[in-house]
Amino acid sequence: MQTFDLGKEGLRALNSSLHALKGQTNMTAWEVINPKGAHAIAAGVDAPVDITVRGSTGYYCAGMNKLATIRIKGSAGPGVAENMMSGTVIIDGDASQYAGATGRGGLLVIKGNASSRCGISMKGIDIVVHGNIGHMSCFMAQSGNMVVLGDAGEALGDSLYEARLFVRGSVKSLGADCIEKEMRPEHYAILEDLLKRGEADGKAKPQEFRRYGSARKLYNFNIDNASAY
Amino acid sequence: MSDFPHTPPRYSATFTPAINAEIRRAAASGIYDIRGGGTKRHLPHFDDLLFLGASISRYPLEGYREKCATDVWLGTRFAKKPIHLDIPVTIAGMSFGALSGPAKEALGRGASAAGTSTTTGDGGMTEEERGHSKTLVYQYLPSRYGMNPDDLRRADAIEVVVGQGAKPGGGGMLLGQKISDRVANMRNLPKGIDQRSACRHPDWTGPDDLEIKIMEIREITDWEKPIYVKVGGARPYYDTALAVKAGADVVVLDGMQGGTAATQDVFIEHVGMPILACIPQAVKALQDLGMHRKVQLIVSGGIRTGADVAKAMALGADAVAIGTAALIALGDNDPKWESEYQKLGTTADAYDDWHEGKDPAGITTQDPELSKRFDPVLGGRRLKNYLKVMTLEAQTIARACGKNHLHNLEPEDLCSLTIEAAAMAGVPLAGTNWIPGRNGGF
Repeated sequence: MQTFDLGKEGLRALNSSLHALKGQTNMTAWEVINPKGAHAIAAGVDAPVDITVRGSTGYYCAGMNKLATIRIKGSAGPGVAENMMSGTVIIDGDASQYAGATGRGGLLVIKGNASSRCGISMKGIDIVVHGNIGHMSCFMAQSGNMVVLGDAGEALGDSLYEARLFVRGSVKSLGADCIEKEMRPEHYAILEDLLKRGEADGKAKPQEFRRYGSARKLYNFNIDNASAY
Repeated sequence: MSDFPHTPPRYSATFTPAINAEIRRAAASGIYDIRGGGTKRHLPHFDDLLFLGASISRYPLEGYREKCATDVWLGTRFAKKPIHLDIPVTIAGMSFGALSGPAKEALGRGASAAGTSTTTGDGGMTEEERGHSKTLVYQYLPSRYGMNPDDLRRADAIEVVVGQGAKPGGGGMLLGQKISDRVANMRNLPKGIDQRSACRHPDWTGPDDLEIKIMEIREITDWEKPIYVKVGGARPYYDTALAVKAGADVVVLDGMQGGTAATQDVFIEHVGMPILACIPQAVKALQDLGMHRKVQLIVSGGIRTGADVAKAMALGADAVAIGTAALIALGDNDPKWESEYQKLGTTADAYDDWHEGKDPAGITTQDPELSKRFDPVLGGRRLKNYLKVMTLEAQTIARACGKNHLHNLEPEDLCSLTIEAAAMAGVPLAGTNWIPGRNGGF
């Protein structure tokens, strides 16, 4: 285990060391102490390493992550795991706005609640939230899966493309062009897998979720839909 | 019947035939007009400025004998690897999707041969463009289509796009006709849908967030790449100041003459300011912060000639960018396709329905047959020639003003032909020492 004291050594030294791990490395276990809400912790990592951040993080922790498993033993600030490509990010606490924004792959797990715009413009990432998600979540979400064990706020999935949204609790309101859809066997299989990998299989069962997706009515402009925009 | 003559027909200056035609079109279709390009209205522009040239108080440099340098450094503030270009005319961001793959290749070929940079667009980085561009600027847009850390790292600079001149406050638009399999795959969207990308970034709001976002991109790219911030001509003084505060290396300022692949005509014609009005405000912001020339300013929107380049630089820009002019150099709107423009209900030099993907010149299309008409090698050569001519023209003017580098041009080399241009550009009306508004706001 490589322990990195962020308070002493600074962000640039941390990210520089992590970026240097690109390719093969046997230094696969990292611990970051004294994060103190710093921004861009472990952003741009491109190596199959395991990084544990002991404390809460600021903006864009694990931004654009590739391959790494990053665990935040605290809460995460805005834009955690933004544009993640692959790998896994697990947050023990809550996540602020735009968690997993534009993420293209990998798995983001939020064990607490997520704030507004969780999964905004997601492009293939899977997100599992053990608690609730805030308003405007999955706005313009393109692909990937969002799993919410709790409730969803207003305007879920507004202007949604092809992402799949699974919510166990209540949905305050659906956004434009987002509708409830039937649960088919493949959706139960997706949920079963994501609940397991999202460390939530003991908390919820696939049968308890409802699925939401795009009505695809806004895909091509039609003047009769103008009031929906 | 009176024998008096009739009043001849008189058109209204308010309800012109063109306005009436648009009312009829709107009434028939129920949808606003969408088109490509920039504003078509008459605006105060560089044509309203003149250089004074040398005289007894300033002496000129010998053309063909004495050197007049044209190179420019971009990104010297924070980036470990700033960009050095041979000429200060860069190619503005235009997307693969809006343009064909061969057109993007031609932009790379032409720019590289002329010693300047090209820029990606709202659709990600293509191999055609990366492979043929010696210096490539990678746009970081609200849609983040195709965004990934590998392309960030293989770019030579990163341009965070906040807005563009054709539509400050508007997002991208690429209609279904141009969403081919490849475009759909790069953008992770279903084929054939109307793609309206977001007008705001998904994970930051306001200048304080932007500062953190820029810091994150610098961390991801290990502080190597220059980071540009591009804004449309909205509030250039404040936008420039806030971009500097947020940590930009370069500010890119795009006036309302700047083009777009597709947007509502009402947006193009009625939102934003002409570039002439924008440059002095941006330069003043940089000067007020003590950052002029430290944070470089690239301006765009209606740059057509070496005279425009020289005028923009005399007003304080470090470099310019061209988009529409580059497409015309490649062959867009060429009269040789007139019979086909006629079939589309338009004419050469007026064709702007780029969103329909039916470009007879094969440039603003994803149609494989139309794309074949465009030769990227020839297009690249034409662009190189055009860039070289612009540079020679700008040098000619600079030497006449006694300058041994384009960056030494200054507002004192200019006068204005109109009161409007004098007020906007902050240079005196020709034959006077009058700058309207000076000593009373800017």
